[in-house]
Amino acid sequence: MTAVASVPVSSIKRKGSAYRVREVAPAALAAVDEALAAAGHEVGALGPAGAGLALRCDRLIEYLHALQDRFGQLAEPHLAALAQRLRLAVVEVFEVASFYHHFDIVREDAAGNLPMPPRVTVRVCNGLSCELAGAKDLLARLPQILDAEVRVIAAPCVGRCEQAPVAVAGQRAIAGATTDAVAGCVSRNETQAVIEPYVDYASYLAQRGYRTLQECADGTRDVESVLQTMEHSGLRGLGGAGFPAGRKWRIVHNEAAPRLMAVNIDEGEPGTFKDRHYLERNPHQFLEGMLIAARAVGIESIYIYLRDEYHGCREMLTRELVSLLANPPIADMPTIELRRGAGAYICGEESAMIESIEGRRGMPRLRPPYVAQVGLFGRPTLEHNFETLYWVPEILARGADWFAGQGRYGRKGLRSFSVSGRVRSPGVKLAPAGITLNELIDEHCGGMADGHTLYAYLPGGASGGILPASLADVPLDFDTLQPHGCFIGSAAVIVLSQQDRVTDAARNLMAFFEHESCGQCTPCRAGTTKAGQLIASDKWDKTLLGELSQVMRDASICGLGQAAPNPVDCVIRYFPQELA
Amino acid sequence: MSGQLTLDGQPVAFMPGESLWDVALRSGKPLPHLCHTPGLTPVGNCRACMVEVEGERVLAASCCRAAADGMKVNTASERPTKARAMVLELLMSDAGEATDTLTPQSELSRWARETGARSGRLPARKGDSTDASHPAMTVNLDACIQCTRCLRACRDEQVNDVIGLAYRGAHAKIVFDADTLMGNSSCVACGECVQACPTGALMPAKAAGMHPVVREVDSVCPYCGVGCQLTYHVGADASGAEAIHFVTGRDGPANHGRLCVKGRYGFDYVRHDERLTVPLIRREGTAKNAADIERVKRGEVALSALFRDASWDEALDFAANGLRELRDAAPAGAPSALAGFGSAKGSNEEAYLFQKLVRQGFRSNNVDHCTRLCHASSVAALLEGIGSGSVSNPVEDVAHSELIFLIGANPSSNHPVAASWIKNAIKRGAKLVLADPRQTPLARFAHWHLQFRPDTDVALLNGLLHVIIHEGLTDPEFIASRVNGFEALKAAVEEATPERMTDICGIDAETIRAVARAYATSKASMILWGMGISQHVHGTDNARCLISLAMTTGQIGRAGTGLHPLRGQNNVQGASDAGLIPMMLPNYQRVSNTAAREHFEALWGVPIGDKPGLTVVEVMNAIHAGTVRGMYIEGENPAMSDPDLDHARAALAKLKHLVVQDIFPTETAILADVILPASAHAEKWGSYTNTDRLIQVGRPALTPPGSARQDLWAIEQIGRRLGLDWDYWRDADGDGHAATETPVARVYEEMRSVMAPLTGVSWSRLRSEEAVVTPAMREDAPGEAVVFVDHFPTSDGRASLMATRFAPSVEQVSADYPFVLATGRILQHWHGGAMTRRAQTLEALAPEPLFNMHPDDAADAGLFDGDAICVTSHHGEVNARVAVESSVQRGQLFIPFAYWEAAANKLTGSALDPFGKIPGFKVTAVRVTAAARPDLHA
Repeated sequence: MTAVASVPVSSIKRKGSAYRVREVAPAALAAVDEALAAAGHEVGALGPAGAGLALRCDRLIEYLHALQDRFGQLAEPHLAALAQRLRLAVVEVFEVASFYHHFDIVREDAAGNLPMPPRVTVRVCNGLSCELAGAKDLLARLPQILDAEVRVIAAPCVGRCEQAPVAVAGQRAIAGATTDAVAGCVSRNETQAVIEPYVDYASYLAQRGYRTLQECADGTRDVESVLQTMEHSGLRGLGGAGFPAGRKWRIVHNEAAPRLMAVNIDEGEPGTFKDRHYLERNPHQFLEGMLIAARAVGIESIYIYLRDEYHGCREMLTRELVSLLANPPIADMPTIELRRGAGAYICGEESAMIESIEGRRGMPRLRPPYVAQVGLFGRPTLEHNFETLYWVPEILARGADWFAGQGRYGRKGLRSFSVSGRVRSPGVKLAPAGITLNELIDEHCGGMADGHTLYAYLPGGASGGILPASLADVPLDFDTLQPHGCFIGSAAVIVLSQQDRVTDAARNLMAFFEHESCGQCTPCRAGTTKAGQLIASDKWDKTLLGELSQVMRDASICGLGQAAPNPVDCVIRYFPQELA
Repeated sequence: MSGQLTLDGQPVAFMPGESLWDVALRSGKPLPHLCHTPGLTPVGNCRACMVEVEGERVLAASCCRAAADGMKVNTASERPTKARAMVLELLMSDAGEATDTLTPQSELSRWARETGARSGRLPARKGDSTDASHPAMTVNLDACIQCTRCLRACRDEQVNDVIGLAYRGAHAKIVFDADTLMGNSSCVACGECVQACPTGALMPAKAAGMHPVVREVDSVCPYCGVGCQLTYHVGADASGAEAIHFVTGRDGPANHGRLCVKGRYGFDYVRHDERLTVPLIRREGTAKNAADIERVKRGEVALSALFRDASWDEALDFAANGLRELRDAAPAGAPSALAGFGSAKGSNEEAYLFQKLVRQGFRSNNVDHCTRLCHASSVAALLEGIGSGSVSNPVEDVAHSELIFLIGANPSSNHPVAASWIKNAIKRGAKLVLADPRQTPLARFAHWHLQFRPDTDVALLNGLLHVIIHEGLTDPEFIASRVNGFEALKAAVEEATPERMTDICGIDAETIRAVARAYATSKASMILWGMGISQHVHGTDNARCLISLAMTTGQIGRAGTGLHPLRGQNNVQGASDAGLIPMMLPNYQRVSNTAAREHFEALWGVPIGDKPGLTVVEVMNAIHAGTVRGMYIEGENPAMSDPDLDHARAALAKLKHLVVQDIFPTETAILADVILPASAHAEKWGSYTNTDRLIQVGRPALTPPGSARQDLWAIEQIGRRLGLDWDYWRDADGDGHAATETPVARVYEEMRSVMAPLTGVSWSRLRSEEAVVTPAMREDAPGEAVVFVDHFPTSDGRASLMATRFAPSVEQVSADYPFVLATGRILQHWHGGAMTRRAQTLEALAPEPLFNMHPDDAADAGLFDGDAICVTSHHGEVNARVAVESSVQRGQLFIPFAYWEAAANKLTGSALDPFGKIPGFKVTAVRVTAAARPDLHA
């Protein structure tokens, strides 16, 4: 990377600004134009012909990706040039770019030169499952054996907990990462994502895929029957909040058009990898569910928000969307835009995701109004987690009772548990709602890993709290864990053994929340930091932590801050022996 | 929705749009609030105002929660009370150590105390991030709580878009641009962020916020025509003398609390060392020499070498005797040998009394002021076309516009608060058409930026008129009932096809068509314009075209649509209203109107000439011709602001007797025979009329230094010495040093008695209401903000259209003079710089004159940013450094006229618009050559 400035540094001092207009260097403008054009096919609208590729401020994050991908970093002069192209103020671009962890902003030195970007960035997952599997050691040793052009950084959960420990070299995920494996990948320049075999559009059609959608379109199934089936199935939002899907469809359906849809594949809850699991294997079952929902609710445009870490999924989904739109299964398709996250757990929060899709910092909105009424671009918005939509074609094909008839201990439906940690066979386990942890481990995971006995478990990822082994026979579902101060959320189960300490787990989790807090509201921004500092010591001030937890629960804007104290509270409640 | 809710067990009615915070406040239960402040959009991020809404899982931010019928809200129960205290404890653990270092008590520490927040339990946030890089403000982010009030002030309110919230989580940080130091950022220093900050993280520079304030004085800004209301915070300075420590915006009708850099940080000029504190008389034997101006400015010659101190009596006698002798020596029937320039910076009362002095005491109509250099052509066209020179709608009315047509105006620099209303309107959805040869800051917000060639306004505007008429986009009903001369206009613009006009103005035909359609068909289109329209030798034609646009389409007389010439000076509207112009008596009664003349003759007991007097530039010519030999110049500085300065300065030097009354030894004063030290705006009482026809009160915050005295008193003293029986300032009112309200009120009431639009505005009403829009015909009713609703103030109530034809200026580019120079202003400096260049902060922000040149032209000329250049016109030459910017188009240069070191008006010509008598400051043919560095001001 060479100097952007092409003229000598001016002798005129810039004392204040409006006195001197800050000119964008022509070279920077040209570089930005070129990078955007080169990425045009990738970042462009995937909608029907004529959707056009004109620059739009809501695609700001896509453009930042185009620059980051091309130059390996975001040069400040390029940000200024991009701002000029979008007719935004520099700060409006900067504040967005600096929010997302996957953008590396660099500045010119006094001579006008920019630093060289790293040849490869290796991200070592420091999610709890990977930490249990030795991520800290990997993170400490990798910089010593890799050359200086390779950057090694820790990353929050990359959504591959069943493969722990995981490192990602460039876009290549390395399962069960060792220093040798990572060094090998880097030296061989194997930094591209790998796409495993999956059911593509042709195969899916051949399996009578999109038939349910076509029935919805040709009138075989009317909207009311679809809504009723969804309502009767008892399917609940599988992103974690558990809102009844059918009811949500009806609410948005009853709002004024135009209505929009946002699909949440920002799967970032540590321990969760089920969305990736299904997406990697059968993308069209999800897409069909999405289009059925759009049809039933009357959706004009769909925005799919995919977390940046799922590079292979993005490449594959982009390809499949092109196939789908080139040969649509029904007429009157809604427009579909695939949006790429940029490293922000908070964007999995529904309103933060909407902000991000609109090209802004992913900061949750205050509610009311709810996104069903005032959502994306101010319009009524149907927002769904990937997996919720994934089950739609099957529920419609097999009937509401099929789905509602699953479950144990009086619970209804199926849950996809992402199981990781100290079990013999981690992975996505499709199991009846209400299954207990002991049953899940025994029936689906081949028992505990060798040499490990159950000590504690996280029933719902980082947010859902920590339960002791003594509560491993509680049915796992929405609503069943609240009495125990926990929730199931996205059903990310992380199993801890007698070799682990929950205080360490709590520190890992609080560090994650502090790292991922958007910083908007006081209880979360300051609370996660202070809590992290307070629990760093061996002795915990339980009264103070209790008061801190309470304000975080009561007064945080969104679920991140409200749930962040769960691990700490659970340690105090269930594991006093570790604090003695 | 209105309704009833239960607040802490008590039923409370609420009004539509009220939040729970509002309801609690109204019920006498103010809740803590940091991120929320009335006037900004609530965002609910601080969580200091949490309340419990029964039935809800979590607490609610009361500032963001709309009151709803039947809601049961608890503010005083344990859960929300504890939450609020804990939020404050968290915030104080972050910012508590720093929050009161630059302010005596921040809102943060106050609320921490009131909520009983505990301290010392939580780890403190580390930080050491003081940023003192900006001359006006200090940034201390150690005290920041990320509440974003500054951001919203900067972005939502002023729409300067400098401040952002960057990074994430605990690293979330208030940043300027791409996280640069404030002093290196694009901050325009409006100070709105400082006014908004609840923690002391953003404060006035040099710890000005810590000075004890002994008095707060409500007044109005002395700079531009927007007329922002403000409060002076007065206290003792280091020497113990009273000074203005800082200024805050007040909720006036024109500004609603907003200010700009000049209005907030431009007041220390009042206490500048160079203030005139004693009367001065030119030393005998020191001849006047125009070259002395720069010698004195450069410090080569002391002012005391040219002038000696005098007593007020001696100085006034000397001043008045010289004037009287010239008046009395003139043979009967000869043109007057005297002329007077008053000031649009002064009050209405000063303007009225000054023109009365000239007419009654000098027995002359030779009275004028800088309006001649400003909007004279606009006023000429407006009076001719619609019978009134004032605006149809206030600026803020753009809130109701669908389309805003802004031409030849750069309000971001020259009317910054007005620009903020325009930007607010755009954010709300209005479309901006910006027609300007330069790329001014509003270009970023424009739907269309018509960057036409300089001097071709008429072609562009006739092209628009052609499209409107040709495509049937006129309002035939409006034309039929309210407009004369449409057919002639139609015939005249028939030839002005967009294609032909494209060749002249450089804007493509399709854009001309699109803009014409948008303007004509929007529900409400407002035209605003500035010096870019008026300061041309075809300025009147330019304004005539704008009037025709509004008249042919009926875009006037309703909310959000009309004609608004943005008046430059704080009181240029009022000074013109008061008759401080040579062709009009007060309230635009022409001297040629016998009835009007006779009315004033009866009042003043002297004959009034039926011929208009000489205008500003005409006076200079008359001095050279020997007709005008004596002048009284109050608060004006023609030796900076007139065109063709070498010529104008030579004229002033040639005067037999020049009386200058000012607060500084201006370039003009250096050529005086006698200098009367006068009062600054912040030292006097007076009324001022803004661009919206809003009359407001200025109050004294300070007493003039030394033996400087009130302008009004001095004018009266001269009048008495010319034999007038004036009795405004009486013994009981003091010696003229300190401000006194009574004599000002006396002058005001006399003025009101001869000016119909002020009928309903007594001095006492003005004092109690602070601001009244004129015309106001009744004391018990508000004035008319939107005028020309159903008729125009013309003899038949109809507007008259004037056809125009494009004709290039006399200043044409040639091989010898290949560039077109425009002069103008910049944000930080006012006019000729007499005030602002003596305001420390403003001077620090913009210390040096710079020529703007397009990068391609610079490249062709081998020039780099910062190189010294010499710019030469037919009239003179100026040296300064070049700032290479694409804000100007190719072939164009720009320089502000505020700098004596590079006095821009040495370059401009004195050719005049035939109707408005305004010079063509915006178009001067020049050439550029490299200059040697040493020629430049250091």
